[in-house]
Amino acid sequence: MIQENVITWFLACRTTDVPENGGVCVKYHDEQIALFNFSRRGEWYATQNMCPHRMQMALSRGMIGAQNNEPKVACPFHKKTFSLTTGKCLSGDDCGDLKTYPVKVENDLVYIGIEE
Amino acid sequence: MKIVVIGNGMVGYKFCEKLTAKAQSGQFEIVVFGEETRPAYDRVHLSEYFAGKTAEDLTMAGLDWYADRNIKLYLGDPISYIDREQKTVRSHHGITESYDYLVLATGSAAFVPPIPGVEKEGVFIYRTIEDLELMTAYAKKAKTGAVIGGGLLGLEAAKAMIDLGVTNTHVIEFAPRLMPRQIDEAGSNILKAKLEALGLSIHTSKNTSEILGDQFINGMQFSDDTRLDVDMLVISAGIKPRDELAKLAGLETGHRGGIVVNDKLATGDPFIFAIGECALHGGMIYGLVAPGYEMAEVVAANLMGGDKSFTGFDMSTKLKLIGVDVASFGDPFVSHTEGRTIVLEDSMKGVYKRINISTDGKYLLGGVLVGDADAYNMLLQTTKNKVVLPPNPEDVILGARGGSGSEGGAGITSLPDDALICSCESVSKGDICKAVCDGNETMDAIKKCTKAGTGCGGCVPMVKDLINHTLKSQGKYVRNVICEHFNYSRQELYDLVKVHKLMTFDEVLNKLGTGDGCELCKPPVASILASLWNEMILAKGNDTAQDSNDRFLANIQKGGTYSVVPRIPGGEITPEKLIVIGEVAKKYNLYTKITGGQRIDLFGAHVSDLPAIWSELIAAGFESGHAYGKALRTVKSCVGSTWCRFGLHDSVSFAIQIEERYRGLRAPHKLKSAVSGCIRECAEAQSKDFGIIATEKGWNLYVCGNGGSKPQHALLLATDLDSETCIKFIDRFLMFYIKTADPLTRTATWLNKMEGGIDYLRNVVVNDSLGIAEQLEAEMQLLVDNYKCEWKEAVENPEIRKRFSHFVNAPEEKDPSITFEPMREQKKAKEWK
Ligand SMILES: Cc1cc2nc3c(=O)[nH]c(=O)nc-3n(C[C@H](O)[C@H](O)[C@H](O)COP(=O)(O)OP(=O)(O)OC[C@H]3O[C@@H](n4cnc5c(N)ncnc54)[C@H](O)[C@@H]3O)c2cc1C
Ligand code: SF4
Ligand code: SF4
Ligand code: FES
Repeated sequence: MIQENVITWFLACRTTDVPENGGVCVKYHDEQIALFNFSRRGEWYATQNMCPHRMQMALSRGMIGAQNNEPKVACPFHKKTFSLTTGKCLSGDDCGDLKTYPVKVENDLVYIGIEE
Repeated sequence: MKIVVIGNGMVGYKFCEKLTAKAQSGQFEIVVFGEETRPAYDRVHLSEYFAGKTAEDLTMAGLDWYADRNIKLYLGDPISYIDREQKTVRSHHGITESYDYLVLATGSAAFVPPIPGVEKEGVFIYRTIEDLELMTAYAKKAKTGAVIGGGLLGLEAAKAMIDLGVTNTHVIEFAPRLMPRQIDEAGSNILKAKLEALGLSIHTSKNTSEILGDQFINGMQFSDDTRLDVDMLVISAGIKPRDELAKLAGLETGHRGGIVVNDKLATGDPFIFAIGECALHGGMIYGLVAPGYEMAEVVAANLMGGDKSFTGFDMSTKLKLIGVDVASFGDPFVSHTEGRTIVLEDSMKGVYKRINISTDGKYLLGGVLVGDADAYNMLLQTTKNKVVLPPNPEDVILGARGGSGSEGGAGITSLPDDALICSCESVSKGDICKAVCDGNETMDAIKKCTKAGTGCGGCVPMVKDLINHTLKSQGKYVRNVICEHFNYSRQELYDLVKVHKLMTFDEVLNKLGTGDGCELCKPPVASILASLWNEMILAKGNDTAQDSNDRFLANIQKGGTYSVVPRIPGGEITPEKLIVIGEVAKKYNLYTKITGGQRIDLFGAHVSDLPAIWSELIAAGFESGHAYGKALRTVKSCVGSTWCRFGLHDSVSFAIQIEERYRGLRAPHKLKSAVSGCIRECAEAQSKDFGIIATEKGWNLYVCGNGGSKPQHALLLATDLDSETCIKFIDRFLMFYIKTADPLTRTATWLNKMEGGIDYLRNVVVNDSLGIAEQLEAEMQLLVDNYKCEWKEAVENPEIRKRFSHFVNAPEEKDPSITFEPMREQKKAKEWK
C-alpha cells in the first residue's frame, strides 16, 4: 500500500491581504513562507521565503512573471529566477532550488499546506 | 605520449587548451610546471587589477579546468634542470618527470639596466600580480613616482601609478620620443601632449645615471646633471627572454637572449620546442600575446600529426591606456622609396593619423593613429588583406573622423572571408559570419562558440559590426525588443502606450503584449507609465510591476533591510533638519553616512519601520529623495558666489531650483546633475547626466556625462545661457531622452549609440530640427505640475501603508533573520555567504 503524506492546512491570510500579481511573507512557527497571488492567471503559489543564492529572506518581495508560460519569481537582490510550480532555479546556474507548498483558497481565505 | 610544459603563463596555458581541445582523451599525458604560485592569468589585462579586477577575474582557467583534462599541474615549483640524454626534467623541489616532448614556455622577465642603486626599496618592475601587490602596498606612502621607459608597457605602468594615487608621476625615456618603436615623431608629440593632460610629466632624451637614497629610493640622477625627487620607481625598459634553462641544457640562444627555434618552433633538439616570449624566431622576439598563441597552435597541431609552420607575425598594436587612443599597424615608418605617406594632424583636438600607401596608391602598407584609433581594426584588416584602396586613399582616415561604427560597417563588406578578425584566437570573418547564420546572434554567443573577442578584446567592436551586418543582410531587422512578452523596443512601447492612453501594466500587456509579463518587462513598462502620467507609482495595479525598490520606496540592502534617503536639494540643509535626521537615526537604530551626492543615507531600516520613519521626516519638512527609483537623484552644487571668492553666480540657488523642478521624474535610468559656480568646477558637473557651469555671461550646459564603472566626460551642449533658456533646454533634453532611450540606458550610452552624436542632439534640443521642442517642454511641464511626494502619499494611505510589514499574518513582528554586526560605533549588515 502506498503511504500517503498527510497535509495539514493552516490559515495564512485573507485573499485581499495579498497584492494582485504580488507576494507576501507568511509566518508558520519558525518558517517563513512566500505566498504569491498570481491574479493574472488566477493562480496561487507558495515557496520558501529564503533565496538560496545568498540566503536572503526576500522572495516574497520579488517580482513574479512567466517564462515560456512557466510561472516564476525573481529575487530582488540579484534577479535569480525560480519556477513557482517546481521551485527549480531558472537562471541557468546552480544556486539551488526552492521548496514549494500547496495552496488552497476557500471563502476568500488562503490556506497553505504543510506536509507532516 | 607524454608532454611536459615548462611555464604556465598565457602561452603555456593556451598550448594546453589547444592540445586538449584536439586530442582524444588519453592520447597525451600532460604535465605542467609553473614558477608562479597562481595558475596562468591574463597578463595583458594586468593593469585592470588597479581598476578593481581581482586575481581570480584575471585567471585564464581555474584549477578544476586542469583537473578535468587530467593535466598534472605543479605550481610554485620551477624547473631547474633538463637532462636531454635521459629526457627528464627536475624541479626546484626535487620532482623528476620524464618526457617524450618538452615545451618551453618560460616567457620573459623585465629587463633591468645596470644603473647603480636599482636594488633600493621602492624600485619595482611590472610583470606579475605579485609585482602589482608590492607596488600597491608601497604606493600608499608615495606622492611622486617615476617610470623608466616610455614604451607600451612603461606608459601603462605610469597610468597605473596615477590610478594608485601617485598623482605626480614622471615618465623617463632615453630616446628622443615616446614609443619609439611603434610611432613616428609627430605622433609621439601629440601623444605626449595627451598624456600630459592626464597628469603625467614626460621627459625624453633622459638617461638615468644613478638611483639615489639610502635603503629607500628618494631621487634619480640623470647624466645631464639634473635630478628628480621621487618616492617610487617602476622600471620598464624592455624584456629579457627567460632562456637560462635552455642555455644550461646546451640549446642555442641568441646573444641578446631568446631560445633559437625554426619554423616548427623546434629548438636544436627535435624533442624540445620553445613558444611565446622566450622563443627567438627569425631573429625576432615577439613581445605580444597573439604571436605566442599562434606558436602554441603550430606546436599543438604538429604534435597531433599536422604540418603547420610559423612564418612570422604582424606586430600591430593598440595601446589600452584609458583616455588615450594609440595604435600602430603594418609598417608605420615606410621610407620614400617604398611608398607615399598621407598625414592628418589636428593639434587642437589632439588627433594624428598617418597612413603609408604603396607607390601606385593601391595598397595600404601601415600607419599610426593617435588620439582617435576607432579605425584601427578596419585599417589593420585593409593592410593585412591587401584590400584595394579607394581612388582617394585619404578617405580611409578622413572618413573615420565621425567616430562611430557606422562607417566601419560599410568597410567590413570589402574584406575577404578569410580575413583574420580576432588574431588572438585566429578567427576569420567567414567563421564569424557562419556562426551568426547558425543562430549565434549576440556577442556572448559568438564568444562562446568561436572564442573571437576573448583574448585582448580589441576586435570586439568589429565582431559586433559583423553580427549586425550579417543579420541585416539576412533581412533581419536588428531591434532591441524588451523580452518575450513584448515585441517592441522601449521607444516604440512608449509611443504606443501614449497613443492608446494605457494606464496600468495589465492594460499595456493586454493591448500590446502576450503572456503574463516578467521581471524584464514590468519595470520598464512601469517606468514608461510613470514618465507619461506621473501618477503615484504605488497606485493599485501598478504597485507589483515596480522593481522591488520602487515597490517599497526604498533600496533593499544586504540582509533585507532598507535605506532611507530624504531629499536635500542642492546639498543645502539647515541645522534643525540635521538634528531631525540624527534623532530619527537614533530612534530607529540606523547607520548614517554622507553620500557622494551631498545628502545623508540612513541604512538598516526594517520594512515595517519605514512608514513611521518617513512620517517623522515628512513632518520635519523632508520629502522622498527617490534614491530607490530610476529617477532624478541629486543636483550637487558648490557653494558658489554666495560665499566663494571665485563664484560668478549663485550655484546653490540654481541647483535647488533645478532639483525641485525635476524631483521624482521617472526615466529609463537614474539621472544625476550638478551646478558649479565657476570653471574651477568644484561640483564636478562634467561627470553628470546634465551639468551646469557658470560663465561670465550665464551658464554653460553640459550633457551625457557619467561617473560609475565607465566614466565619460559630459559634452558641451550650449554656452552662455540665461537661467530660463537653460531650463528650457534641459526640459527638452530630458524629455527626448525619456522618450527614446532603451531601458536601463544612461544618457552617456544613449548618446554613444545615437547616430550623429552630440551634433544631432544639439540640433534637436537647441535648433529644434525635429520641430518637437514645444511639445517636449509642454510634456515636461505636465510632469512638473503633477509632482507629489510618494512617501507622503504612502504614509497617508492606510491601504498602501499596510503593505509595509514583513509577515502578513503577524504585522507587528520583525524579520527575526535580520542581524547586524557592530562597526566603528555604528552597525553594518551581516556579511552574506
Ligand atoms: C603589463 C603588461 C601589459 C601587456 N600588454 C600587452 C598587450 O596589450 N598586448 C599584447 O599582445 N601583449 C601584451 N603584453 C605581453 C604579454 O603579456 C606577453 O606577450 C605574454 O604574456 C607572453 O606569454 P608567455 O606565456 O610567453 O610568457 P609569460 O606570460 O611571461 O609566462 C611565462 C611563465 O613561465 C614561468 N617560468 C619561467 N621560467 C620557468 C621555469 N624554469 N619553470 C617553470 N616556470 C617558469 C614564469 O614564471 C611565467 O609564469 C603585456 C605584458 C605586460 C607585463
Ligand atoms: S566651482 Fe568656482 S565658485 Fe564653485 S566653489 Fe569652486 S571655485 Fe568656488
Ligand atoms: S555603493 Fe555603488 S560603488 Fe559602492 S559597492 Fe554599492 S554599487 Fe558598488
Ligand atoms: S540573494 Fe537572491 S538572487 Fe542573490
